[in-house]
Amino acid sequence: MSFTNLMLAVLVIGALYFIAGQRVALALRSGNAGKLHSLPHYHGLWAAITSALPALIVLLTIVIGKDLLFQFWARDYFPQDILNGDAVDRAIALAKVSNVVNGIDFGQVEPWVQSAGDAWIRWEANAVVVANSLVLAVSLVGGLLGYRRINPTFRSRNNVERILTWMLIGSSLVAILTTVGIVLSVLFESIRFFKLIPPQDFLFGLEWNPQFEGAERAGSGGGTATYGMVPMFVGTFLISAIALTVAVPIGLFSAIYLAEYATPRIRGVVKPLLEILAGVPTVVYGFFAALTVAPFVKSVGESMGLEVASESALAAGLVMGVMIIPFISSLSDDVINAVPQSLRDAAYGLGSTRSEAVRQVVLPAALPGIVAAVILAVSRAVGETMIVVMAAGLAANLSFNPLDAVTTVTSQIVTILVGDQEFESAKTLSAFALALMLIVTTLALNYFALQIVKKYREQYD
Amino acid sequence: MEIVVSDSMVQNTNQVEGRAVPEKTLGNIHVDNPRMTARNVDVFYGDKHAIDNISLDIGASQVISFIGPSGCGKSTFLRCLNRMNDTIDICQVEGEIKIDQQNIYDPAIDVVSLRARVGMVFQKPNPFPKSIFDNIAYGPRIHGLAASKVELDQIVESSLQRAGLWEEVKDRLDQPGTGLSGGQQQRLCIARAIAVSPEVILMDEPCSALDPIATAKVEELIHELREQYTIVIVTHSMQQAARVSDRTAYFHLGKLVEVGETKQIFTNPQHELTQDYITGRFG
Repeated sequence: MSFTNLMLAVLVIGALYFIAGQRVALALRSGNAGKLHSLPHYHGLWAAITSALPALIVLLTIVIGKDLLFQFWARDYFPQDILNGDAVDRAIALAKVSNVVNGIDFGQVEPWVQSAGDAWIRWEANAVVVANSLVLAVSLVGGLLGYRRINPTFRSRNNVERILTWMLIGSSLVAILTTVGIVLSVLFESIRFFKLIPPQDFLFGLEWNPQFEGAERAGSGGGTATYGMVPMFVGTFLISAIALTVAVPIGLFSAIYLAEYATPRIRGVVKPLLEILAGVPTVVYGFFAALTVAPFVKSVGESMGLEVASESALAAGLVMGVMIIPFISSLSDDVINAVPQSLRDAAYGLGSTRSEAVRQVVLPAALPGIVAAVILAVSRAVGETMIVVMAAGLAANLSFNPLDAVTTVTSQIVTILVGDQEFESAKTLSAFALALMLIVTTLALNYFALQIVKKYREQYD
Repeated sequence: MEIVVSDSMVQNTNQVEGRAVPEKTLGNIHVDNPRMTARNVDVFYGDKHAIDNISLDIGASQVISFIGPSGCGKSTFLRCLNRMNDTIDICQVEGEIKIDQQNIYDPAIDVVSLRARVGMVFQKPNPFPKSIFDNIAYGPRIHGLAASKVELDQIVESSLQRAGLWEEVKDRLDQPGTGLSGGQQQRLCIARAIAVSPEVILMDEPCSALDPIATAKVEELIHELREQYTIVIVTHSMQQAARVSDRTAYFHLGKLVEVGETKQIFTNPQHELTQDYITGRFG
């Protein structure tokens, strides 16, 4: 059986144990009425969990662990010079072996590779047999042990609850650990970068010019590579600021209209339409920015006698603003709707007009949620890549002029990591340092915004 | 036990349904010195006929209480008096309600200034999530009643004093109004309504969310306020109606069954339904 089928089999066995457990519990209940501690389906669930959960854990361990084990065993076949060589040589040797295993033919291979590959195939076959018998045995025996514990006083409801709690904790741990893993992986590469480039040059440098690295090494002269992050952060904030100037008023006003003024029929049409904006892929926004908005901005600017780059921060920012409108409008709409009707009644009862009630009562009460919506929108704007790559250009100008071409942190990361390059170079590693700074910045933004909300919130319940 | 109770309730409902609601209101709907007059008022919620041809005078500087079983239309009628029903889309009001000879449903009248003249206190205390000062100052600010900060301070102080809350909150006017106790919150709401100097104050079951001590304080307050304001109070508690009001109106199934001096209604009701309701046979 393949591993997928094995998983299905485990689930089927679990289902059978569920039925069996429930049956025996029902039988017990009809024997001495009402004496069962837990409802029959909890007994069923208990039997199913004791059968499926350990079996699935064993299966997962085998699937993940077997390759690590085989790689270790395969070393016995490696010639001595590769074993004594560096990590890259060993990785290449492993790749050769796995090519043989997967049947990918690159011509004649060394005899030791062939024999290692053959052995690997043998191990794979054995692993399937071992996995089959082990997993099925664990599922059958585990289920049986659980099943046999079912009796009228057995507290299967409490046990099922406890197992569920642990599963929920496990799920949230996966999310948290992933975040930690991402931050750590970025952090370690950044430390390597800071060994090559001093942190103060990176943090406060006003010039970003990583392009001459190769040339420099080839001895052809040219400029020195410089890694100052300031221009890109200025570009990021410039574009985000333009985007927010567009999105916050429009998003907030449409949310107020939807929540306070629109009739249910209009709301039913307008709200989904607004939310469609959120579903448009950012690449499509990028087309729109590069082909429609940027030329428009340029021609309007030039008709007013201004000098406008054909890829301007303004064009990218405007389109990015349109992109984040639905985040602000949809979330703010929900928050405004959650403000209790009694507060509106109080305002109307005192003779407020609609806009007075909205400005002085509803919006202050909804402020924390609205700020949360804006924070989410800021994170989207700061992290947005595609629109900037397509519409704002890649030139790392240090400029506060929205009509210039600027670049952002994210689009630089893309440019750095696209294509072939050596991993050890400062240019490649700078991408990780940039990412780290981006994470730190958005984290700090979120923190300060939350503090502000905490200070000014009006608690209404 | 439960079965017995529900049985008797079924019986009561049958009795009520079997009895005729009179076509014409019993008792005297007129008063000598009316502040508001309602004539032939009908209210519809969509297809539902919520108020059926009610005529009633509301006397100046008097307290009138509306009593009746749940769903009898007393709150709906109350909310007609300052057009709070306007906020409900499907609600339609017909007939004529006048305040000082002006029809409040006249298109020429401004609902904002109407509500400044006819204030409202709600069932659940609903202070704004602002400071105590800002709660009271809200109305004077939107209606431009205070020319200066000093004047605004005076309005806030006198409103709180009239609501009997000044001594309790004078040292913490900058604290949020939501931090007060339930009874204090309701008196804050009354002070907030007073601050715009209305002629009429509508109270929709103002004590139903309060404990007995807080209720006693609010009732005492209503008693004092009657000298300056006309008060209309909807209540579920017949003792409360008997304690605070000068006149009492009994509503049933969207009709005004009987209206009269409070004393007369509670001691010598003319209609059988009123009698049964105030003696607690249903409700």
